[in-house]
Amino acid sequence: MAGRAFRNIVRSPHYTDDIAFQMDTIGVGSLLIVVIVGFFSGAVMALQMYHALATYGQVGKTGQLVSITLVRELGPVLTAVMVAGRNASGIASELGSMKVTEQIDAMRALGTDPLQKLVTPRLIATGVMLPLLVIIGDFVGIFGGWVICHFVLALPSKQYWITAWQSLDGMDVCEGLLKPFLFAIVIALIGCFYGLRTTGGTQGVGRATTQAMVTATVLVFVLDLVVTKIFVSQAS
Amino acid sequence: MEPADSKPPVLRFERVNVSFDDVEALRDLTFEAREGESRVILGAAGSGKTVLLKTALGLVRPDSGKVLVFGRDIAGMREQDLFQVRSRIGMLFQESALFDSMSIEDNVAYPLLNQKAISCPPAQVHSRVAQALDFVELGGTLAKFPSELSGGMRRRAAIARAVVTEPPLVLYDSPTAGLDPITAHTIIALLIKERDLSQTTTLLATHRYQDGNLIANFRYNSKLGALEPARHAEGRAARTTFMVMKEGRLIFEGDQDLLESSADVYISKFVKPRE
Repeated sequence: MAGRAFRNIVRSPHYTDDIAFQMDTIGVGSLLIVVIVGFFSGAVMALQMYHALATYGQVGKTGQLVSITLVRELGPVLTAVMVAGRNASGIASELGSMKVTEQIDAMRALGTDPLQKLVTPRLIATGVMLPLLVIIGDFVGIFGGWVICHFVLALPSKQYWITAWQSLDGMDVCEGLLKPFLFAIVIALIGCFYGLRTTGGTQGVGRATTQAMVTATVLVFVLDLVVTKIFVSQAS
Repeated sequence: MEPADSKPPVLRFERVNVSFDDVEALRDLTFEAREGESRVILGAAGSGKTVLLKTALGLVRPDSGKVLVFGRDIAGMREQDLFQVRSRIGMLFQESALFDSMSIEDNVAYPLLNQKAISCPPAQVHSRVAQALDFVELGGTLAKFPSELSGGMRRRAAIARAVVTEPPLVLYDSPTAGLDPITAHTIIALLIKERDLSQTTTLLATHRYQDGNLIANFRYNSKLGALEPARHAEGRAARTTFMVMKEGRLIFEGDQDLLESSADVYISKFVKPRE
């Protein structure tokens, strides 16, 4: 299924309306939760890091730790978990419902490849929107950390932003963008896979939805470990 | 009128076997449907009626045997090549299978816009959709969504989608399942109207003998705009063949008189002799 879904990216017909609709559903639809989770993650992290760093007299590096942790790890993983919870399950339930009501069969009977019409647009939309959501989530998280540092901990804003910005290098950004792209592929394909193999009526749809969310979330963490290991090995 | 036997077969099954895991859904099934013929497939739930229709459409691949549709064996055909064969077949699915996210107009237009073999100019799509919906007396539902229609109306919209491309072979999977008797009669009347006006080959899977009885004994009178008994119309009843499926096997094939005279216990459960 994955191979055919990727091959369909370059094959006609291209369902651009479906891609745009999925981008709206997956990207714009997930924006609010990503912003909220990102803000509070950054804020909590700033609080925790400030007190940990105070032990060593290094509170000035709070911005650095917040930004590195968010860009390399928490931003991609938390955003992917949010999107997996919201969209892997959503995709599985939508396609699962179509499967049990014979709409997938009807699509095939009426001259459409369901992988081309249903899977490829979701794969493209998730692959484009998840990295964008992560960029937004990272920025909002760093902003959340600044809010705590500035208004609660009374750290100088300039120091926070300079350390936050200067601590990031090209590899951090590369890692922070590669991860959500890979997570997106996993989330979209797992959602579609469980949706399209749904059997057993509405009970089966519920089962597929749960399985898709759990599997996608677990795979996000496994993949995160693998990619992190590769980047750490490269850096050392 | 040309005798049905002299017409070429539109659909032919040759020793077809289909199984899912350990369950044999079709066993050694052989039959053929000739051009213009109506076939009524009777059987209990799980007897293989739906699998038979889906195999004829290439949605289910047989484990062995040949499925010849318009003379071409589709058993081993690639999915992309099947689209051309399917463009000549209309299918009404058991639960209508209308796309929830699309309006009725978009649903009925779907085969016109997506089947490559149907070269319908975009300018004609709307008029053909309106014509198909008028045929099933749903002219005012273009902008509605499937969830806004009753079960019977959804079934009629699905019939419009199945016949909008004017296919020579139409498969109906339990078109009256779950409907009240009046709506069920309306649906079967539409099937007869479609069959007689377009001269299509029709396969009807059902567990209701009444449906088959109507198909076999009534015809559509286009002058009256209504059904009339076919007993006076020469050869009409002979066009309908009954098949009875049991646990994936074809246990009966023949005309209505033969069916009604059968002493088989299973068959007699379905058949209510005419008075």
